[in-house]
Amino acid sequence: MNILIQVAYLIASVLFIIGIKMLGRTKDARNGNLVSAAGMLVAILATVAQVDAISLTDILICVVIGSAIGLYTAGKVEMTQMPEMVALFNGFGGMASLTVAMSDFWLNTQVNGFQVGPIIGTSAILSIFIGGLTFTGSMIAFLKLNGKISGGSVMFKGQHMINLLLLIAAIVVGVFGMMNQDQPLYFFILIGIALLLGILTVIPIGGADMPVVISLLNSYSGMAACTTGFVLNNNVLIVSGALVGASGIILTQIMCKAMNRSLMNVLLGGFGQTASVAGGDGPEITVKEVGVEEAAMLFDSASSVIVVPGYGMAVAQAQHVIRELSEQCEKRGIDFRFAIHPVAGRMPGHMNVLLAEANISYDKLIEMDEINDDFANTDLVFVVGANDVVNPAARTNPQSPIFGMPILNADKARTVIVSKRSMGKGYAGIENELFGYDNCLMLFGDAKQTITKVVSELKEM
Amino acid sequence: MHTISLESLIILLYVLVLASYLGFELINKVPPTLHTPLMSGSNAISGITIVGGILACNELGYTSLSKWLGIIGLILATINVVGGYAVTDRMLKMFKKKK
Repeated sequence: MNILIQVAYLIASVLFIIGIKMLGRTKDARNGNLVSAAGMLVAILATVAQVDAISLTDILICVVIGSAIGLYTAGKVEMTQMPEMVALFNGFGGMASLTVAMSDFWLNTQVNGFQVGPIIGTSAILSIFIGGLTFTGSMIAFLKLNGKISGGSVMFKGQHMINLLLLIAAIVVGVFGMMNQDQPLYFFILIGIALLLGILTVIPIGGADMPVVISLLNSYSGMAACTTGFVLNNNVLIVSGALVGASGIILTQIMCKAMNRSLMNVLLGGFGQTASVAGGDGPEITVKEVGVEEAAMLFDSASSVIVVPGYGMAVAQAQHVIRELSEQCEKRGIDFRFAIHPVAGRMPGHMNVLLAEANISYDKLIEMDEINDDFANTDLVFVVGANDVVNPAARTNPQSPIFGMPILNADKARTVIVSKRSMGKGYAGIENELFGYDNCLMLFGDAKQTITKVVSELKEM
Repeated sequence: MHTISLESLIILLYVLVLASYLGFELINKVPPTLHTPLMSGSNAISGITIVGGILACNELGYTSLSKWLGIIGLILATINVVGGYAVTDRMLKMFKKKK
């Protein structure tokens, strides 16, 4: 019997690996997700086969409650809210690792009166610590993303020192907890420290750095599952946890690279707060405005258009009307594509999901490196709700906080139209030189409303 | 004394190292278009703690903290797993290539 269960776990691990592999190709991705879900089902059934019949009802009730909540939220969530949804689920995963590790520890030390060996003990401490940190960290990210708390950076004096002291305290408490296993108080203190540290480490990180934070928390939730695997001596947890941990770390690296910042720089927080001092205000930028009619005419006469979407497009929910714009242009034989910056939006790939939702073909969504040379031969670039990722200061101004960050070369196009609510600054808190360029026109107003007007102008032409 | 042997630890560490390496290899090749589904899909996989949750719920007696921690863990892990897979499927359904 036991060997059958082990074989089932092995099959589950293989299915996870195949599933993740398939998730990497657009045409297979959906099936890949199903393969991975099948792996999960195998793992669950193999586990249920081990439990006493009398516990089955309890387990079933929990699974039904969890599935109902999961299915309801997954079905209801808007695609623009995907980052906070992932953050929320991530947090639940972290908390699950914490409670499972704590449950096992409690059973051994308090109920059965055993001493736990150093390997299991250390793993349990890590599970609890990483799981707790993941939980509150994800909850803060969730609240920041859906605007329940300020998305800005919250800094106070001595913040980093407090975090460091808490980390040291966690280690000390963990060691004491191991040495005095009949005193569960140490473990409760450890949980408290982990929860507090999760809040304190995410709160200084501003909204536009969320792609990094979410990737990192994703990685943590994998690591927490992994350490829980050590506690339970269970390979399938270790394999899956390691896969997720690795995936989160890679995405974190990609995001940091796309912002030309180190992970440490992101985690310390406060980006953009002091930018106006560091960057200098420079000469006043005078911009040229454009009306919807003129904008429509520019679209009409262009032969190639590249749209640069940013988080502002998600906020304005403008993706559907942009699809209509693309249809109008394609009807005229205009080459219409999208340039996607890796950190556009609030999580990796955020823009792609929104545009896919709006029924835009994914082969029209081009990565930065592939499309950057094409801007120079493009008639019209339409920037919707993006700012820092098209700021030429990243190339030209060594004093700028975003200097060195890879950007989309929108400024090289013949004409640039920027759809923007107002002259507000981007996340980095600096003026965008592009707006003052001769080839740049500002289309002020809510993106959804103005683009709708442009589309109706085009329809009449 | 409840413990695992050093031999088992070494095997578990082997598994950890190889799986991490495999993860790095696999995910490095994922195109940016799929980063959000990849993240929510891998997030669902991290709900594998559901296995631990089921085992922890197996402890008898509602007076034990172990049982209640297991119940909380199982519910949360189930939300993570079911919600994660469902939302990933919903997203991937939308990724279409028009002729």
